Amino acid sequence: MNINLKIWRQSSGSTKGILKSYRLENIDPNISFLEMMDILNIKLVKEKKDPVAFDHDCREGICGSCGFMINGSPHGPQKATTVCQLHMRAFSNEEDILLEPFRAESFPVIKDLSVDRKAFDRIISSGGYVSTNTGEAPEANSISIKKEYADEAFLSSACIGCGACVAACKNSSAMLFTSAKVSHLSLLPQGQKEGKDRVAKMVATMDEEGFGSCTNTGACSAECPKEIGQVNIARLNQEYISSSLSSLLKKKE
Amino acid sequence: MTEFNLFSKAPNGELHTKWEEYKNNLKKLTPEEANKYKVIVIGTGLAGASASATLAEQGFNVHAFSFHESPRRAHSIAAQGGINAAKNYKSDGDSVMRLFYDTIKGGDFRSREDNVYRLAEISKNIIDQCVAQGVPFAREYGGLLDNRSFGGVQVSRTFYARGQTGQQLLLGAYSALSRQMEKKKVVFYSRHDMLDIVLVNRKAKGIVTRNLVNGKIETHSADIVILATGGYSNVYYLSTNAMASNVTANWRAHRKGALFANPSFTQIHPTCIPVKNDFQSKLTLMSESLRNDGRVWVPQKKNDQRRPTEIPEGERDYYLERIYPAFGNLVPRDVASRRAKEVCDEGRGIGPTGFAVYLDFQKAIDEKGEDFIREKYGNLFDMYQNITNENPYETPMKIYPAVHYTMGGLWVDYNLMTTVEGLFSIGESNFSDHGANRLGASALMQGLADGYFVVPHTAMDFLAKETPLMKDITDRPEFKEAKDKTENEINKLMMVDGKMAVDEVHRELGKIVWDKIGMARTESGLREALSEIPKIKEKFWNNISIPGSDKDVNQELEKALRVKDFIELAELMAFDALDRNESCGAHFREEYQTEENEAERNDKDFKYVAAWDYSENENPKLFREELKYNNVKLKTRSYK
Repeated sequence: MNINLKIWRQSSGSTKGILKSYRLENIDPNISFLEMMDILNIKLVKEKKDPVAFDHDCREGICGSCGFMINGSPHGPQKATTVCQLHMRAFSNEEDILLEPFRAESFPVIKDLSVDRKAFDRIISSGGYVSTNTGEAPEANSISIKKEYADEAFLSSACIGCGACVAACKNSSAMLFTSAKVSHLSLLPQGQKEGKDRVAKMVATMDEEGFGSCTNTGACSAECPKEIGQVNIARLNQEYISSSLSSLLKKKE
Repeated sequence: MTEFNLFSKAPNGELHTKWEEYKNNLKKLTPEEANKYKVIVIGTGLAGASASATLAEQGFNVHAFSFHESPRRAHSIAAQGGINAAKNYKSDGDSVMRLFYDTIKGGDFRSREDNVYRLAEISKNIIDQCVAQGVPFAREYGGLLDNRSFGGVQVSRTFYARGQTGQQLLLGAYSALSRQMEKKKVVFYSRHDMLDIVLVNRKAKGIVTRNLVNGKIETHSADIVILATGGYSNVYYLSTNAMASNVTANWRAHRKGALFANPSFTQIHPTCIPVKNDFQSKLTLMSESLRNDGRVWVPQKKNDQRRPTEIPEGERDYYLERIYPAFGNLVPRDVASRRAKEVCDEGRGIGPTGFAVYLDFQKAIDEKGEDFIREKYGNLFDMYQNITNENPYETPMKIYPAVHYTMGGLWVDYNLMTTVEGLFSIGESNFSDHGANRLGASALMQGLADGYFVVPHTAMDFLAKETPLMKDITDRPEFKEAKDKTENEINKLMMVDGKMAVDEVHRELGKIVWDKIGMARTESGLREALSEIPKIKEKFWNNISIPGSDKDVNQELEKALRVKDFIELAELMAFDALDRNESCGAHFREEYQTEENEAERNDKDFKYVAAWDYSENENPKLFREELKYNNVKLKTRSYK
């Protein structure tokens, strides 16, 4: 198959970017999208031109490194699929394919399609953990957890932190990402002790980092490659209200 | 008479109490005292993140470096199947002793008893630790932790979180690390490649790094350096490792005096999605856990072109079940891989290339139902379907072995310290626990054992005997010299100005390593590799092209720096495989096999760890550590 790529080229965060066109011919529809990008980059290197920078690593859909906009969708047209798991058979012959970085103020462009998502790490750092030191843990089976809760917590914890939710949101909200971690820990007895503090701190950090507010459009879940559900946002809101109420009560006391 | 000139420094005493006693006698520092020391950790996967978090909890000031954007992107995240622990929750007769024995036997009697026993002991603490952090392991309906079986063992001791166990464990370690980052006890340097170790008075006191965003070459000093930089499977170009996994940090340490042990012990995982074409950039693993319910087979006839569902039962060869009735489809990885190669070499392989075998779930689906299979392996089946465009619920998976893990690595003593003082190596980056073959679900176990429960004690003991630097010493000449050398090397690479992309040279190297130092090795093949690799090196230094600037994001330069070291490593692997005139575990020398085509060990001459010294223009020099077995009886591995 032949394709016509339009790719956002930006040499660094402090320079302006432009769209450049590239044509690739005789692409095997069974190769992955990133293998197509490899072919383009090898071609560019041989022409002594700067190859396209993009983040990627495991190419198994789990490390969360990859992700950019393909024809306006984070990770491209296929549901529940990261860019690295996307194959060229999802596109048609002679298709125009537009590639741009995730656009969000909190994700500054590093180069071309690569953006800086360290704001996510700072959200986690502000409370996305259980405060337990190595060696202090009780015997594992002394904590019994209902299978349904463990399974639900797993589904929330399956978030790969790729940032597609932010890129999909018209407000660049990080609500789905933050709520997935809050949900994971609040569903488990280990995480409940610090629950109220956690949600308050993580939401505050999310705001400080410049992410927008959530207006419940559901675009984030729809585009999430790991299908992290809207129910997480509902859980965060519930935790947040309960946290705000209790701090209000504390103040009155 | 073989000369042994390398010693593990493991304490004497009774195996069962050795570590506890040793640990109790190690020197301790209070958090206030520990606060005077700075520790550099390279790599923040399972081993690096867990070590960084724990050392910070003890009071040390940790500076952690990763070439990734975030610690959560490390390749530990891709481990699917699970983590072993001798909890004996299933009351199926498991014990620390049994996990110890399985690991020693699985490694084909080429690992160190003391280390492996300690690993088995610690396995129990790991599960406790991870559960306390909120790792959502799979549970039974009664609320307790669930287990499953893995290859090479007959008990059920593998803890798991669907097919994403590595992800959940890494997120646990990352959360502990994040907590220490918030407390400012850990400073995390993202997108930094480590390019050299700096020695001061022969002790590791710092590193040289390249900032991958702005290209700056930086130096950092510390009281000790810990390498947690993973394995080197990407020397084969195609492997199940992530694209950027590399040997560079380890290789630079090796060049500075850290011996490299058993480099040719590389694990070929039996169940990966087969190579489909020349553009393939990496291989995808299908978890070993699938062999709990999947049956491996090929047609009995050669070149059978029928669809798998058209081949009647009587014309199929379930060769693992046939050859190994006791373990069946759950034989260890090296055995399953070699047998797959054998049936394909006979012409009975399937699929367009003939280099694949079936992994069939029909029996399990018939007996347990499709929902049961979906619940257990759903994400793996989806991944398979997405990549191959075939539905494994309807037609058997096609699989073939691929490089997956490296047992070899930097030589370390019982304290996990390399032959360079003050330089530690943990997780996959060291050679320590898996001998000549690693059992499934044991890599996560070792990474976390080293990081949470071993190195925090042994590093503290080392530091307690060191005077803390208490200041930045990067103005010393050793740092300037290392920095200049790194800059010169980068300039040299940028100036090559040839016509090949680095990936193309890497692919050529990988083909040689796969063909000659892969699943089966011969003396003549290894000698060919030793004559071909220098040609690749020449090609690399004359023909590569790195467009753009080194003062900027330059992913081609990053690759070139890694491939340069892979080429040198490949040569060492060939020397190592050539030295070892025996077959053991994953190291299969065709000259040394039994009549039943099993690996034929030679304990009289090769019961040692081969650790190699680097020398610029001469052949590497071999040091040997004798392996002593006081608690297990050496015997021929049998899974029949």
